[in-house]
Amino acid sequence: MTNNKTVLILGATSDIGIAIAKKFASAKYDVQLAARDATQIQALKSDIEIRYEVACSTFSFDALQYASHAAFFEGLTPKPDITVCIFGVMYDEDDALNDFALAERMINTNYTGAVSILNIAAKYYMAQKQGAIIGISSVAGDRGRASKLIYGSSKAAFTAYLDGLRNKCFKDGVHVMTVKPGFVNTKMTEHMPLPKALTAEPALLADVLYKAFTKKKNTVYIKWMWRYIMLIIKNIPEFQFKKMKL
Amino acid sequence: MKKLLFNFGKYPVIEAEETTFVFQNQLNDLVTGEPVFIARGSGLCYGDSALSQTTISTLKYDKILSFDTQQGIFECQSGITLEQVLTVIVPKGWFLPVTPGTKLITIGGAVASNVHGKNHKTHGSFSRHIVEMDVLLASDGLLTCSHDTYPDLFEATCGGMGLTGVITRVKFRLKKIETSFIRQKQIKAKNFDELISLFEEYRDSTYIVVWIDCLKKGKHFGRSILTVAEHAILDDLNDEHRKNPLQLPGNKKLTVPPIMPWWVINTFSVKAFNFLFYAKNYAKEISKVILYDPFFYTLDAINHWNRIYGNKGFVQYQFVLPLEATDGLAEILRSISDKGMGSFLTVLKVLGKQESMISFAREGYTLAIDFPIRKGVFEFLNELDEILLKHGGRIYLTKDARMKPEMLKNYPELEKFKSIIKKYDPEGKIRSIQSDRLQLTPISNE
Ligand SMILES: Cc1cc2nc3c(=O)[nH]c(=O)nc-3n(C[C@H](O)[C@H](O)[C@H](O)COP(=O)(O)OP(=O)(O)OC[C@H]3O[C@@H](n4cnc5c(N)ncnc54)[C@H](O)[C@@H]3O)c2cc1C
Ligand SMILES: NC(=O)c1ccc[n+]([C@@H]2O[C@H](COP(=O)([O-])OP(=O)(O)OC[C@H]3O[C@@H](n4cnc5c(N)ncnc54)[C@H](OP(=O)(O)O)[C@@H]3O)[C@@H](O)[C@H]2O)c1
Repeated sequence: MTNNKTVLILGATSDIGIAIAKKFASAKYDVQLAARDATQIQALKSDIEIRYEVACSTFSFDALQYASHAAFFEGLTPKPDITVCIFGVMYDEDDALNDFALAERMINTNYTGAVSILNIAAKYYMAQKQGAIIGISSVAGDRGRASKLIYGSSKAAFTAYLDGLRNKCFKDGVHVMTVKPGFVNTKMTEHMPLPKALTAEPALLADVLYKAFTKKKNTVYIKWMWRYIMLIIKNIPEFQFKKMKL
Repeated sequence: MKKLLFNFGKYPVIEAEETTFVFQNQLNDLVTGEPVFIARGSGLCYGDSALSQTTISTLKYDKILSFDTQQGIFECQSGITLEQVLTVIVPKGWFLPVTPGTKLITIGGAVASNVHGKNHKTHGSFSRHIVEMDVLLASDGLLTCSHDTYPDLFEATCGGMGLTGVITRVKFRLKKIETSFIRQKQIKAKNFDELISLFEEYRDSTYIVVWIDCLKKGKHFGRSILTVAEHAILDDLNDEHRKNPLQLPGNKKLTVPPIMPWWVINTFSVKAFNFLFYAKNYAKEISKVILYDPFFYTLDAINHWNRIYGNKGFVQYQFVLPLEATDGLAEILRSISDKGMGSFLTVLKVLGKQESMISFAREGYTLAIDFPIRKGVFEFLNELDEILLKHGGRIYLTKDARMKPEMLKNYPELEKFKSIIKKYDPEGKIRSIQSDRLQLTPISNE
């Protein structure tokens, strides 16, 4: 057992999750990696232990198995000082429109599952009067758009949840940070042609996130342009917005 | 998604698919799903060996799996770079047993080209230090191979330019060091004969490398600087360095701007550079103790230095000639200086005995010369090829972008190599632009 603080990474198989895990490890946090298939993250575990000389453990976790979440959190020793919620899915919106099962799955992963596990973590932190939660939402949640119909609304709900949670936890000294990436170069976006200037590498996201966390920021955009792009998008009057192809 | 891909020499440039994977099962899907592919690391080979219609990038497959700090055994996924490996092993008193002149390449690339360093005579090529490795075959089977298990696959994978399968995991032995410093000595050689006798004199040094001015003619022909070096021990360090003998080098870098003025690549600038380099060594001999970075990875300190050759790119001509073929070496050097086609950097190394089937290294002298792409270069290189063939020389596949299949003649186990790739990839799915050009892979019927 070390004296390091511990960070829990929910969604440790994602490119963004890997980058965040490494960033915290390089800052001497012990790391708990959670993913649906824990065998997938054994290599990341050895990598983190050897590179950063911190403790690292792995857990199975499925966002959609709500009933298992309490036992999952119970099973973490030590309890993490920070819980980072990264998992999320983005399916084809046309498919999701035609097949409700898919839409439901997207909503349940990005929103319901996140609420389920973060409620548990938040209650624990509030009781302890310390701890922090970081949630990876998206700029897609800043305003509903045709091209991101379900994904965007699930992220909007997640953003609103994180805002509310921050408000709720404040008096107990628990910090909640919302991260809103724009484009990130990951598996999720590998097949989309992304504008280079607006696209962040996962390692950059992790750097920005970590720095913002140490400064106790509430909401952080990755790459400053996104704050302004979203500001503009949010301010287009609805009568115009509804005619646009976005 | 298709994008423009090229390697270090920026020649050729092709439009190709670049796929990535983080987990073994994702790689399995790629290998079974793609009709044709080649593995790709950092793309720091010079020519066309890491190019194909679909490339599988290993760069995200970069995890460290184990590190025995007592025995010095390191195990990792193939996409990790040497730089990342060094960052972990040096502070624990270990070093790469063999390293090329850049630390930005991947371990997979180090195996696939079976790279050599300035210590080839004493340490051989990279593969000599491999304990075992995993290769994912085109048929989707993962085989663990070593000198003893599936030795044919092992042999053909070391230096096999990715043609047997995708190397996924490598376990290799490290070299013990007492400090992260290098004790080096630089000695001036007035001409070719003096250089050859210096080689004799310093043959027991661990590291030997020569910078040679290719453009000198007449009695200065072969003017050069010989550098010999050893890993420094604690006693070699000054008090300041001794406080932190296993320190890592810093990260300072210069960047060559994207557009270089035309004059940079003409003969004048080449001459000027060679002169500057030479003038650094006023005394006949200079000794000093320096960190490992400037010794091994001089050029890594300059981002995008390959831009110096301009937009058309360049090819590097690296060959090896048997020790006794000093006439051939002189003949090649003379042709280069006569044509004034010399390059920015010309590095001469001594190689020890040949140790594997298809690897470049064999006993002899190796010279690496850069040629910016311009009119007449390919014809000229064909002429050099003739000289090489005559003297039993051969070309390093990882640098090649232009030679003809006949040039493989001096790889004695070529046919055996071809039959092994055929055995492990009967459908001929694994192929690169280079393997097609050199007819290493069966002619495709597309
Ligand atoms: C500045 C500089 C200095 C150099 N100095 C030296 C030197 O001193 N000695 C020396 O020997 N070389 C030297 N090289 C060449 C370099 O070491 C090799 O070309 C090396 O193979 C590049 O590795 P990479 O990771 O960039 O591989 P790439 O360039 O991406 O690929 C090179 C070859 O390896 C194959 N490959 C890569 N990864 C895998 C994998 N996982 N599985 C199967 N096949 C794979 C590719 O298919 C391709 O055939 C130098 C290169 C540069 C740019
Ligand atoms: N990439 C972008 O441009 C971008 C932009 C804004 C926001 N984001 C957000 O960033 C986060 C990470 O995405 P990414 O780009 O790194 O994509 P990714 O590589 O596709 O990662 C998605 C992650 O979610 C996990 N996951 C999916 N369903 C799960 C479930 N039921 N239970 C547990 N984990 C589950 C996946 O795990 P498995 O390996 O088990 O499938 C994977 O780790 C997501 O929330 C995404 O919405 C991404």
